[in-house]
This record gives sequence, structure tokens and C-alpha cells, in this order.
Amino acid sequence: MVEPAHLAARRQHPDRRWWRPDWTARVALIPALIITIVCFYGFIVWTFIISLTRSRLLPVYNFTGFDQYARLFANERWWTSMQNLAIHGCLFIGGCVVIGYGLAILIDRGVRGEGLFRTMFMMPLSMSFIVTGVIWQWVMNPTLGLQEAVRDLGWVTFEFNWIVRQDRSIYTLAIAGIWQQVGLCMALFLAGLRNVDPNIWKASRVDGIPVWRVYLHIITPMMRTVFFTVFILMSAIVMKAFDLVVALTGGGPGFSSDLPARFVVDHILNRQELGMGAAGAFVLLCTVLAVISPYIYFELRKARGAH
Amino acid sequence: MRLNRVALYGLLIVAAFMLMAPVLIMISTSLKPMSEIRGGSIFALPTDPTFAAWGKAWFGDCTQAVGDVCQGLSSSFMTSVRIVIPALILSVGLGSVTGYALAAWRVPGANLLFAALLVGMFIPPQVTLYPLIILVRELGLFGSISGLVLVHVIWGVAFTTMMFRNFFKTVPQDLLKAARIDGAGFWPLFWYVMLPLSLPILGVAMILQFTYIWNDFLLGLTFGGRSGQPMTVALNNLVGSQFGEKEYNVDMAATMLTALPTLAVYLLSGRLFVRGIAAGAVKG
Repeated sequence: MVEPAHLAARRQHPDRRWWRPDWTARVALIPALIITIVCFYGFIVWTFIISLTRSRLLPVYNFTGFDQYARLFANERWWTSMQNLAIHGCLFIGGCVVIGYGLAILIDRGVRGEGLFRTMFMMPLSMSFIVTGVIWQWVMNPTLGLQEAVRDLGWVTFEFNWIVRQDRSIYTLAIAGIWQQVGLCMALFLAGLRNVDPNIWKASRVDGIPVWRVYLHIITPMMRTVFFTVFILMSAIVMKAFDLVVALTGGGPGFSSDLPARFVVDHILNRQELGMGAAGAFVLLCTVLAVISPYIYFELRKARGAH
Repeated sequence: MRLNRVALYGLLIVAAFMLMAPVLIMISTSLKPMSEIRGGSIFALPTDPTFAAWGKAWFGDCTQAVGDVCQGLSSSFMTSVRIVIPALILSVGLGSVTGYALAAWRVPGANLLFAALLVGMFIPPQVTLYPLIILVRELGLFGSISGLVLVHVIWGVAFTTMMFRNFFKTVPQDLLKAARIDGAGFWPLFWYVMLPLSLPILGVAMILQFTYIWNDFLLGLTFGGRSGQPMTVALNNLVGSQFGEKEYNVDMAATMLTALPTLAVYLLSGRLFVRGIAAGAVKG
């Protein structure tokens, strides 16, 4: 594959040439470069430009300034979806962190069949949000699902019809979402717990500190970065949440469980409100960037350090 | 102390049961006839298990066919397979070469490109959705398998590149130096040194990309059109729009069929899946 002349040239100046960039390396980066520049950043700019126009079904480039943003912020459904994002985000992230950390601690206590428990806890992760949504829609079905099953057992006043209630449907998203993602949080926390210096446990045993206090006052503060990572990963999932809403509640009843990601897709694909959809997408992007920028900063610093 | 152990196992078993219950309910419902579903509890096991609903979900219900639509999930299963295989190979292939070029060669702006890709992983797909539609339409690929493959490669390359780049950065510089002094160029170094070293990461990237592409819904919904519907989209349509009485057993059988490929990959791959999922969680 390497031409002899080329090879000979290398041999003559090995010290100077061993690291020299081969032109092939630059060529190999072209596809990724095009995707990054055009499909990521170019398209973000394009969406931003569309959001400044009066586009409805198709993009038209008669600019109206920030009118679409004004319309968006005057749109009641948008605010419902943003409010839902806040509620769902807090419940989902909070639930995943608390339950995931709890499960990780239980497993960390040294149990038999650890692999089996881990496999079971993480199994929902391999399924799609659509599958998750359909399963939970069935479990929470008010006439044939959990509510009816518990009533049949004798608790006749039991109520669990959240999925069809305007004021409760948003909470069902958190239930299904936590079910699916809690295994990931558990795995991340468990990896963190396994990194804890065993001497800490030895010392605390000598001092006779109860196990729960060691976790609460010593281990948990040491796990700061793991908590931070989990928080960022779960936020990224929450802000993109589209499939789960579609499959579980369809945004309903009404728009009571709508989320911004679904609002955007709906306006771009179905409602012929391209301009407003683009404005919503851009606001969504800004929200994502605001939350994840500290994480990206750390990641990049780490990457530079590894260089 | 013994009481503590009992409580520990008790809690773990309860948690495992609660996490497994929805899946067990799905399987049990799919094996019941509708009369049993209407009459009994969702927790009840099927008294007379039947795979009738599975057959209906897979082949379609031709007795109630509207027009010539008599297709179950079998056709969209094939669509999903035809999307996943090329998209998987191309995205992992491109990611491994890009990650290698970024990590092992001095290319001006390599760090900048990597940073841009890393940030790109967090971009919600909704933000670039419409321009991507225009691109795919202009290429004449809208509603085709090739269009979906292209979109999946575009969306997957940031993740696969990140996995490979981070792995190749851990390869000792001396090894690269030695290979290059011996005259190995870009491709020989990749084929004979780096790729064989990266087999575990290759496995992780394949498993994760398979799961992501198979489980994707938004891209399939947007770019699939009528002919290129992947299984997740077909499942959502099946569950969402049924004429007449809702057949929950068929819904659950269809759900199970959609979940089975990724579930099987997960159960067979074990630790590799766990290793990759944390790195890939940021991806949409």
C-alpha cells in the first residue's frame, strides 16, 4: 500500500517526519467536517433564519424580525408545554437520581446475584420510548388496567386514572420515563460507588459509624461529579422528549401533557406553522445549551488535558 | 445484621419486581384472548395461552382489511432491518475512521472539530429537522430507505466518533510512533494496528448504534413517508388508530415484537451495553 519512494523519503528524515500529517488524514475528516459544518451548525443557522420569516407551509424569505417569537410567547399551548417541561423535568430527574442512587447503594452493599439484579434494572433501557409509552398506556388504562385490577382485589374506591385527567396526565410521563431511565442512573452511581476508596469503609467501621451515615455524610459528597453527570444526561433526555409523549398520552387530554419538543415537531410537520415551529426549536436549543454548557466546558477541558 | 440482609434482599426483589412487572404484563396480555382481557385483571396470568394475537400483529388482520391494507408489522420489520444494517455499518465505519484521524494524526483544527462534534451531540433533532428535510428532498431520497440511512449516519456520526476518538487517545503514543517510523501510512496503521486494538469499542458502538437506530421514532416518522416506515412508527400507528374495538392483546404482541430485537441484543451483550450506554446517553 505504501509506495517505496514514499517510504524511502520517510526513512531519510525519520525524526522530522514521523508525526507529519498524511494528507489522507485530512481527506478522511472531510465527511465528518461537512456533516458538522453543514448539517449541525449550518442547519441551526438556517432554522434561525426561517424563524425570522413569515414561513408557513414552505420556507419563504420575507423577514418579519422577531414576530414569530412574539407569537410563540403569546401562544398558550407553548407556555403549557414549557411549564410541563419544568414539572416533568423536576419529577423525572429527581426520581431517576433518588431511585437510581438508592438501587446503586443496595447493590453496592455486596449482594449475591448482583449481575442478575443489574440486568433486570437496566432492561427497560434497551426498549424504545415508543414501546415504553405503549406498555404504560396499557398499564394505566383506566378501564382495564391497574385501577381495575386493584379494585377487583377489593379496594373499590382506588383511583388511578391520571392518564385521562387534564390535571394529572403530565405525571404519567414521569412514571414511564423514570421506569425506562432509572437503570442508567443506577449504573452510573454504582460505577461511582465502586471508585470509592475502600479505606474509607475500613476507617468508618473502626470508628463504629453506622452505614447510613457513611453514605449520607461521607460517600454522597464524594459523588458530586457523578450527580452532576447524571443530572446533565437526564436533562438532555428530558428536553428532547418527544417519542414518549406521542406514545403515552399523545400530548393529551387536550394539550395538558404537551412538551416543547412535540410542540415544535407538530408545528413544523402538521400545522403549517414553519416559522413559529422554527422559533420554538431555537428557544428549545437555547434552553438545552444553557443547561449543558457547564458539562461541555468540563468535557472539553478534560479532552484537552488528555491530549 | 441478619435482619439487615433480609431487608436488603427484600428491597432489591421488590424493586426488581416493580421494574419487571410492566414487561411481564405486556407478555401476559399478548397471550390472552380479548374476552379474558375484558373479564380479568391485568395481573392475572393467561389461563389458556394463545399466540393468535402475535400472528395478527405480525401478519396483519386480513378479515378487517381496509382497502388493500392487510399488513401487520412484518413489512415494517423488514424496513427496519434494511435501515439498520447499512446505517449501522456506515455510521460506525465513518465514526471509527474519523475518531482515528482525530486522535492519531496531527491535523490542524482537530480539537476544534472534535469539540464541535461533541456539542453537536446535544443538539435536539427538532432544531435541524426542517433543513434536513429539504436536504433529503433535494437529493431525491425522501420517503426512501436510503434517505433514512443518510439521516441516521448524519445523526450517529458524532456519537461514534466520540467513542472511537476517546478510545484511540488512550493508545500509547510510542506504539503509533513505532508504526509510523516503520513507514505505516494512514490506512495500514488503521487496519493493522488501531482497528484490531479497538474491537471492544467497536462492539460497544455497534450495539449502541443498533439500539438507537432501531428505537428511533422521530426520524422514521419524518423521513420514512408511507413506504419507509420503520417498526416504531408502524407500532405507534397500529396502537393509535384502530377501527372498531381496541385489541389490546394485538397491541401488546406488536409492542413485544418491536422490542424483541433490541432486548435480545441487550441480553446477549451484557456488559458491553452497560459500558456504552453512559457515553451515549446524551444522544437523542
